[in-house]
Amino acid sequence: MAKSLTRRDFLKVSGGAFAGATLLGVAGCGGGGQSSSGNSKKIAYWASNQAPTIQDDQKILNGVLSTFKSQDGVKSNLQVIGWPDLFNRITTAISSGQGPDNLNIGNTWSPTFQKTGAFLPFDSNTLDAIGGKDKFVETAYNTSGSKEPYPSVPIYGLSYGLFYNKAMFKQAGIQGPPKNWDEFFAVAKKLTKPPKQWGLALEAASITENAHWAFILGRQQGGNLFDKSGKPTFDSPPIVRAVKQYVDFMAKDNIVSKQDAQYSSGTNSISDFAKGKVAMIMWQKNATSNLESNGMKKSEYGVAHIPVPEPLPPGGKPVMSHTAGINMSIFKNTQSKDAALKFVKFMTDKKMQVMLNQKFGSLPVTKEAAADPAFQDPTTKVFQDIYANNSEPMPLVADEGQMETLIGGAVKNLFAKAATGKVTEKDVKRELTSANQQMAAGGGS
Amino acid sequence: MSTTRSRKDAEARDEGGSPPPRRRRGLRRRLGPHALPYLLVIPAVIFELLVHVIPMIFGVVISFLALTSLYIRNWAQAPFSGFNNFKIGLDIGGPIGSSLLHSFLITSAYTVLIVVGSWLLGLTAAILVNSEFRGRGWFRTLFLIPYALPIYVTVIAWQFMLQQQDGSVNTLLVKNLHLVDSPPFWLLGGNAFWSIVMTALWRTWPFAFLLLLAALQNIPPDLYEVASVDGASIWRQFRSITLPLLRPVSAVVVLVTFLWTFNDFNTPYILFGQSPPASADLLSLHIYVNSFVNLNFGLGAAMSTLLLLFLLIVSVVYIRLLRVGSEENA
Amino acid sequence: MRESKIYGVLRVIGLLFFALITLFPLYTIVISSIKPLQDVQSTFRWIPSRVTFEPYIQIWSTVPLARYFLNSVIVCVSATVISVMIAILGAYAISRFRFRGRNPFRLVVLSTQMFPGILFLLPLFIIFVNIDQTFGVQLYGSRIGLIITYLTFALPLSIWMLVGYFNSIPRELEEAAMVDGTTAVGALFRVLVPISMPGIVAVAIFSFMTAWGEVLFASALTTEATRTLAIGLRNYASQSNVYWNQLMAASIVVSIPVVAGFLALQKYLVQGLTAGGVKG
Repeated sequence: MAKSLTRRDFLKVSGGAFAGATLLGVAGCGGGGQSSSGNSKKIAYWASNQAPTIQDDQKILNGVLSTFKSQDGVKSNLQVIGWPDLFNRITTAISSGQGPDNLNIGNTWSPTFQKTGAFLPFDSNTLDAIGGKDKFVETAYNTSGSKEPYPSVPIYGLSYGLFYNKAMFKQAGIQGPPKNWDEFFAVAKKLTKPPKQWGLALEAASITENAHWAFILGRQQGGNLFDKSGKPTFDSPPIVRAVKQYVDFMAKDNIVSKQDAQYSSGTNSISDFAKGKVAMIMWQKNATSNLESNGMKKSEYGVAHIPVPEPLPPGGKPVMSHTAGINMSIFKNTQSKDAALKFVKFMTDKKMQVMLNQKFGSLPVTKEAAADPAFQDPTTKVFQDIYANNSEPMPLVADEGQMETLIGGAVKNLFAKAATGKVTEKDVKRELTSANQQMAAGGGS
Repeated sequence: MSTTRSRKDAEARDEGGSPPPRRRRGLRRRLGPHALPYLLVIPAVIFELLVHVIPMIFGVVISFLALTSLYIRNWAQAPFSGFNNFKIGLDIGGPIGSSLLHSFLITSAYTVLIVVGSWLLGLTAAILVNSEFRGRGWFRTLFLIPYALPIYVTVIAWQFMLQQQDGSVNTLLVKNLHLVDSPPFWLLGGNAFWSIVMTALWRTWPFAFLLLLAALQNIPPDLYEVASVDGASIWRQFRSITLPLLRPVSAVVVLVTFLWTFNDFNTPYILFGQSPPASADLLSLHIYVNSFVNLNFGLGAAMSTLLLLFLLIVSVVYIRLLRVGSEENA
Repeated sequence: MRESKIYGVLRVIGLLFFALITLFPLYTIVISSIKPLQDVQSTFRWIPSRVTFEPYIQIWSTVPLARYFLNSVIVCVSATVISVMIAILGAYAISRFRFRGRNPFRLVVLSTQMFPGILFLLPLFIIFVNIDQTFGVQLYGSRIGLIITYLTFALPLSIWMLVGYFNSIPRELEEAAMVDGTTAVGALFRVLVPISMPGIVAVAIFSFMTAWGEVLFASALTTEATRTLAIGLRNYASQSNVYWNQLMAASIVVSIPVVAGFLALQKYLVQGLTAGGVKG
């Protein structure tokens, strides 16, 4: 077979194939289909995985969709897509113009997808069709893109809170949850009894968790991941301080077990907390259902605000969470725009908001639903307060995915280092500078 | 690999070409006597064009476009950017180029370890089960199982085993064998490299074993008998009979495992997802992240084009070298 | 090689070494699949705290495993059958005919073996979508699209191995048949194919295994309805829990068809490889 490898033959074949490809390329110009606001009474809906299993999601949503059908006469075709696949599926759907009518997205993806122009913008007319933008909690609505008109609207909200084990606190004689980081450190130290018991557990190998905390703690330190002109500032002093603080929980303070450096599934730290191996975790609201399935009763833990530095450093904000959650978008080229809008309206109506956010352990995104008695227990109120008053959206940049990968990856590397050795401020600075350079080089070029 | 073949080819041209069939009907007759081979390869050509060749060329075209998230909806309108993507990828002073180079070096080290390791392990095991003994079939079957398992099953299983706290590897090393005091992190930092090597090696060596064993069994026993009558030591027999006769098979094993390993996506992706530790940042995954996470398909395509060029060059050189070698031996 | 006692001892040691490294992961998989969930979420134990076969029941309801299974079977069997047919025809042409374009064809087919999947994933996807929009044939998200993709993956190696195999078979056999009035294609199927069965089976095993284990294209080209096992298994790790015991049980269930088939047919594989491709 070697002798046949002449250059001439090779060129000949590639030439022919190239001609073929060009033809096909021309024939296929313009991946996106044409939009028409038809009145088709059928929608396709891609839902994200919100329940413990995809089957559970399907069960819950099938019920919802049959209500929708009897109410608005629209038939829907549901697909629940797991998180590992969702982003790719949407990307390929955008590049081919073959997507569903309605779909769920992680709200941090909004700016990215807004840049592609693939989703229907929620301008004032469109917003009117779903009940106006005033029905949404303001912080929730503001996560929906980099500038109005946004490509999505919120449907499920989430925020971080500080979970603490009541019995462990009581046993150690601790009166209440810590309010600032100094108190937090003292409490955590008191509750750390290696190797069996630790003050705090972290998902230190999860890039999304790490990116969130770099952002949240960075805001408390008065920094941000991007400056006003959109340039990345991962290695600015406030962010370096914030990441150092976060990594030092393990590296220096010794209140986090080194084994957490490998936690990435989003379940390990929760199960450690449920088993009483750690006294505190900082998690989003949906951890409550997970704790339950791990055998921890609601009465056994409390939820408090995330600590803040006292006093706040110059420019620092009492940010305790990014405004987390799930949004819904409509593909611009939908053949059934009216039905798709009806569906968004239906999903953001009070009844559905109350029902679904209870089932999924998330927070309602509309004012009306947030006031519902179902969300007035002390735990939920803490989350709601953080969500509405102490949260800020992650930087609304188009390269959000890259940002999370880079900064989350940098923090993950630092934790890996902490687990096996020491982490100096120089190490933190070096990792963040490298991430920053890659972000600057790759961003929006 | 080529001399005998081309002799046979020459014969084929003389006599076999297209044998004179008595009856020819319909399409065949109209197309003439030379049409048959073309008809036979048409299905293969169509599918290869559709799934491999055209998309590949398409991919090369994309590497010259600034196909970022801005244009994925209307990729036909992505602006032409010349060699810009290649420049970024090859600029080893820049952050993207240097991380690509790092990924390339990691991948090379990984490939060398897997290819050489698989060949050595495969050959050793093949020699061990080559001669008859009781239970031989059992061992052969057992050794082949890792290769028969679907890749993702293997990688998921290793991921489970390599967990720092609860994994069976650390249980074995720390609790049972007391080889190390504190359980190491296998999936973090530098150790992640050894984890992908272990996982890939466990799965790949049985392939070498399978082929080498097949070749070993084809070596006529008389050769060894003659040699030992002549007083050649076992080691001598191995070097002057076994190894030379295994040469063609070894060549195939090395080439195939090289291509598989260098393009390996599954092992790091299933183990680490989109954010592998730097020590396990293999090229395919690196390109994947640039394309599908950072949504810079132009840059990703330029990187894969470079990868393809590299593989082509290595394969051509390899095949040439091999051919020269085998002629010398003949 | 004459065998001494020492060699006998060395062989036992060597074989045990290989057996242990092979068995260790296999044991972990099997034993974890019969453990209760709390066992696999705490330190690994060699013996389950209690043996349970619940995971084997739960796997079918945690994710729609049966549907994934059916999809995988349909896609992989079809891809294998078609791929083998095409490879037989192509290999026959290369082995028995001289024609213009023969070498470029061989060359291109072989070099596709080294294309990184990442390079043509998005282009292939776009082409599929355009075929749909132009001709109305749905390839994206359908089983047909995946079948076409997979059958091509195994094609280069299949053609290459079968050419080697056909070359090793004397052409006199077909010529004798053709003297009796059979056409060339007739001779292929009546004479060459039956003799080449080991080679063909070997090629079929390769094709099937390639398709059964493929992850990347399956993730981009399938929808929930056409999802295959390779992607479906990921769903045992949901947002809130990793069901390791079920994952291991499902791993075993999805491996059984390939492993059993592979082991049952390995005799042919060895024959096919030695007589065919390996001699290349």
